[in-house]
Amino acid sequence: MALELYLDLISPPCRAVYIFAKKNNICFEFKPVELFKDSILGRKIVAASLMEQAILGQQHTEEFAKVNILKKVPVLKDGVFTLAESTAILLYLSRKYNTPDHWYSSDLQKRARVDEYLSWHHNSFRRIAPKTLWIKVLIPLFTGQAAPPEKLQEVIDELAASLVQFEEKFLQDKPFIMGSEISLADLMAVVELMQPVGVGCHIFADRPKLAAWRSRVEEAVGKELFQEAHEQILNIKELSSIEVEPKLKELLAPTLMKMLK
Amino acid sequence: MVVELFLDLLSQPCRALFIFAKKNNIPFEFKHVELIKGQHLSEEFGKVNVLKKVPALKDGTFTLAESIAILLYLRRKFNTPDHWYPSDLRKRARVDEYLSWQHTAIREKGCRIFFTKVLMPLAVGQPFSPDKLEEAVKEMNFTLVQFEEKFLQDKPFIVGSEISLADLVAIVELMQHDPNFLGCKRFADRPKLAAWRSRGEEAVGKELFQEAHKQVLNAKSLGSMQLSSELKEHLKQILK
Repeated sequence: MALELYLDLISPPCRAVYIFAKKNNICFEFKPVELFKDSILGRKIVAASLMEQAILGQQHTEEFAKVNILKKVPVLKDGVFTLAESTAILLYLSRKYNTPDHWYSSDLQKRARVDEYLSWHHNSFRRIAPKTLWIKVLIPLFTGQAAPPEKLQEVIDELAASLVQFEEKFLQDKPFIMGSEISLADLMAVVELMQPVGVGCHIFADRPKLAAWRSRVEEAVGKELFQEAHEQILNIKELSSIEVEPKLKELLAPTLMKMLK
Repeated sequence: MVVELFLDLLSQPCRALFIFAKKNNIPFEFKHVELIKGQHLSEEFGKVNVLKKVPALKDGTFTLAESIAILLYLRRKFNTPDHWYPSDLRKRARVDEYLSWQHTAIREKGCRIFFTKVLMPLAVGQPFSPDKLEEAVKEMNFTLVQFEEKFLQDKPFIVGSEISLADLVAIVELMQHDPNFLGCKRFADRPKLAAWRSRGEEAVGKELFQEAHKQVLNAKSLGSMQLSSELKEHLKQILK
C-alpha cells in the first residue's frame, strides 16, 4: 500500500512536505484536500478528521471544526499508521527513506541548530505569516467585509520583528540556517514566508540578505518544483474566487470577525 | 568543561530540562536566570541567547536555545535510555508529533492563562480581566480534551508503556496550573490525566519531581512576586 500524503498546497506546512517528498523522489499518493470546501461539515471528509471524529465523537465536531480547520493538514498515512504535524512528518520521511544527510544533519550541533529553528518557528513565522492571507483574502471571503488596513500593518510589523530575529539569530551570515547546505529548517521557513508574498506583501523586497537566501533555497530545491508547489498561493485571484461551503462560512464568521478586532 | 544550563524553574520548559538532566545523571552547571528580576533581558545573557529567553544551553562555545532542541541535544550527546526518544520509527514519530503540536496547544494556552492571571496584572498593576481569563481557560480545556483523546488515549504514556520526552514536556506545562500556583484544577476533574501525571511523577522520581516544582507548589511564591521595573516595561510592550 502506497504512502499517502493529505495536502492542500495553500497551506505552507503542506508545501514543505510536498517539496521534501518530491525532491527526494519519495513515492506517494497525493490526496488533495481543499480546506475551505472539504470540512467535517462538508461532504468530503479529511483523513485526519475521520480519525478525530472516531475519537472525539459527534459532540465535539463543531467545536473541533472551529478550532482545527487549518490544522487538518498535512497528514501522512503509511498503511495503518497516521501522522499529523509537518515537522513530525518530515522527520519520519527523512528517516524512513534515508534522505541525504544535509536535510537533518547527523552532526550533533548542526542537527541541534535545525531543531532549534523548527521549535522557534511555531511561535514566529508559523503563527504570524498566515495572518496576511487571512486578513487580505480569507476574511473578506468568509465575512464579506474588508479588513481594516491597520490590522494588516499590525501583522506586517509583527512579521518584521520576527524577520529581524531570524536574520540575527538563525541565518546570520551563512548561506543556509545550518551552514553551507539546505536543511529542513530552511524549507519550513521559506514556505511560510511565501504566504505573505502570495498576497502581495513583498517582504523580500527591501531585505537583500533574506532575498538572497530565498533564492538559494529555491535553487537548492529546484526552481520547477518550488514554483509548482507555490502555484496556488502565488495566484491570488484564483484564491479570491474559491467557493466556501456556506455552513463553514457561517461557522467561522464570528471567530474571524473577532480576529479583526 | 561541563554543560551550562541557564534556567529558571518558574518556567515550564526549564523544568523539563532540569528533570531530564538530573534524571539521566547528566553533569551540568545550573545557571540561575531569574525571570522576575528581568535577568533574561540582560546584555550578558543575550550573549548566551540573543532571543533572551530561558532555557538556554552553553556547551563550550556552542550555545543553544529552545527547550525541545536542548532536550534532543542532551539526549543524543549523553545517550540516554531509549524510551525518552524511541529509536523505533513510528514511536519516535509520535513523540515528534506531540512535541510539535504542543507549541501552539498546551504551551500556548497555558502561557495565556499565566499571562492573563499573573503577569499582566503584575505588569500594569491592575486586577486581571475575568472575561479574558475565562476565554483562556476555555481554550485550555478544549486543548486538554484533545490531549486526552488524541495523544494519551488509554495508554499509560503518550507513546505507550514508558515515559518519553513528550510526557515530560506535557507534565511540566500542566503543573503550572496546579491549584497551589495558579489555582486551576487541571487534574481535579480529570481522573485519566491525574493518573497519568502520577505515573509521570513516579517514572521521574518523586523527589526530583518535587524539587523541580518547588516554586509552583508553594502558594506563597505567587503572592510575593514582584517584577523588576525593567521587566514591567518589557512586558507592557509585548502583552496586548
